[in-house]
Amino acid sequence: MRSRSIPMREVHVWELPVRLYHWINALCIVVLCITGYLIGAPLAITTGTEAYHNYWFGTVRFIHFVSAFVFFFNFLFRIYWGFAGNEFSRWYNFIPLKRKQWQEMIDVIKVDVLQTAKKPIDSIGHNALASFIYFVTFLIFLLQSLTGFGMYAAMSNAFLPKLFAWIVPFLGGDIHTRQLHHILMWGFILFSIVHVYLVFYHDYIERRGVTSSMIGGWKFIEEDVIDRNNQSAK
Amino acid sequence: MENKQPSFYEEAKGNGISRKDFLKFCTTMAAMLGLEASGVGQIVKALETKPRLPVIWFHFQECTCCSESFIRASHPIVASIVLDKISLDYQETLMAASGVQAEDAYKAVMAKYPGEYIVMVEGSIPTENEAYCCIGGRSARQILEEAAANAKAVVAWGNCASSGCVQAARPNPTGAKPVHKIISGKPIINVQGCPPIADVMAGVVVHLLTFDRIPQLDGLGRPKAFYSRRVHDTCYRRANFDAGLFVESFDDEGAKRGYCLFKMGCKGPVTYNSCGIIKWNDGISYPIQSGHPCIGCAEEGFWDNGPFYQHLPGVKGFGIETTADKIGVGLGVATAAGIAGHAILTNVRKHREIINAPEPASETQTTKE
Repeated sequence: MRSRSIPMREVHVWELPVRLYHWINALCIVVLCITGYLIGAPLAITTGTEAYHNYWFGTVRFIHFVSAFVFFFNFLFRIYWGFAGNEFSRWYNFIPLKRKQWQEMIDVIKVDVLQTAKKPIDSIGHNALASFIYFVTFLIFLLQSLTGFGMYAAMSNAFLPKLFAWIVPFLGGDIHTRQLHHILMWGFILFSIVHVYLVFYHDYIERRGVTSSMIGGWKFIEEDVIDRNNQSAK
Repeated sequence: MENKQPSFYEEAKGNGISRKDFLKFCTTMAAMLGLEASGVGQIVKALETKPRLPVIWFHFQECTCCSESFIRASHPIVASIVLDKISLDYQETLMAASGVQAEDAYKAVMAKYPGEYIVMVEGSIPTENEAYCCIGGRSARQILEEAAANAKAVVAWGNCASSGCVQAARPNPTGAKPVHKIISGKPIINVQGCPPIADVMAGVVVHLLTFDRIPQLDGLGRPKAFYSRRVHDTCYRRANFDAGLFVESFDDEGAKRGYCLFKMGCKGPVTYNSCGIIKWNDGISYPIQSGHPCIGCAEEGFWDNGPFYQHLPGVKGFGIETTADKIGVGLGVATAAGIAGHAILTNVRKHREIINAPEPASETQTTKE
């Protein structure tokens, strides 16, 4: 039996609202990508009938629109939580304004991406590179909401979508808005692939229980990492 | 030109149009402009009392299809009243005058009705070298700038004048620009389409005449009455779209049954126009009704957003046939390959770590990563 004993401490990293946000967001993105792709390239599953027998494509679009509203408000909530949540969910984690964050990004690239250096990364929440990537995804969320509701505005009289009507003329028409919306969908898909892989990778290598932390909220962090964090905080 | 201008109605009577036909025309126009019932009376009064609009109609880089569309307006009164009368002043294709006489005609309008006349433009304006389009020894840009300076409003007919159309398609050798990129500080009405629907053109003219102001415009300068709905949202085949019934090829069963042309590259979902409601050629049909996907001729840059028979436009820089989906799948495969390589490297590293870990004998060893 191979075993080892490392002094560790459990840290409550992800509060319940953050975890709920994460899973609602994940579900919305999966549903939105699948329905969105189908809207762009519909399957020939019904044929040889009259239109009044079917409504499947309308239903696909309906699911897409409902998920989009959930996604949007969930996104707004997360922005709010960036100002109300604990130290790991605050906005300043995501925007690299400090030199320290840039240094850590370089370290993460060396240690985890290229695997050329062996050096502990001391972040307890997201590491600096991950945070920055999430910031980029937030920008994509924003663009996707703008373009999506912009296209939706022309067929809605509701207040919220009408707020986005300006984006269509701004981008020079529906066709460009739709093209951008479609390209950004691939951003979501590629992000998801890499994101899921990297969660597995970190759990596999660091063994801090990063996967389950998004379920239970707690991470196992080495005592010395916590000490170093406390020191740098002082 | 006489000082006392006859009204539209007086002209119409002179041309043998009955009172009944005149009222029918007014009612049709009110309906198209989306006015309430009282709007009919306003139109009748305007056409009865107001002198005709002084109009200068320029042809720059274009194919004259807007004029062609206009003179084929479904209602005979449109052609015989609106067109004949407004074209009297200056309309290069239709006027009898030529040369010095023609030049004098439009100069006379500018001198006589400053701030009152309407400039109507068909065609784009070259900017790369202004010599690409000259009339009477002066460039399109010079003529337009001079005429627009004292105009009440500028009407940009068609896609050329509204967004450049085919001349502005890549690589745009003449540096063709639409009216709104040349003229500023004047109300500009973009009447989109290649060509615009004749009844829409007539509607814009009637609106200008009746209300003495430009119609309500959307964010792209188009009259809301005609361009606030997508062709897709007013399409009679829409039920097939919602049902997921699509034409897969032009000869298939779906095409015969009149299914949705979305997968044949129909640009109806991204095109704002009234084709589905007003239709063409006296309300007989429109492209989709004739079995052909909409090519989006009322949208900016529709030539560059091709291919016509592909739903999503090609991605520039990757060849005309490459769509965002092909690039996306390519990147997905590349990402998967990168992940596979990374995973192998990670496992090698992890394996070494386990091998180097202390053997069972030792109890409380601390391994550092």
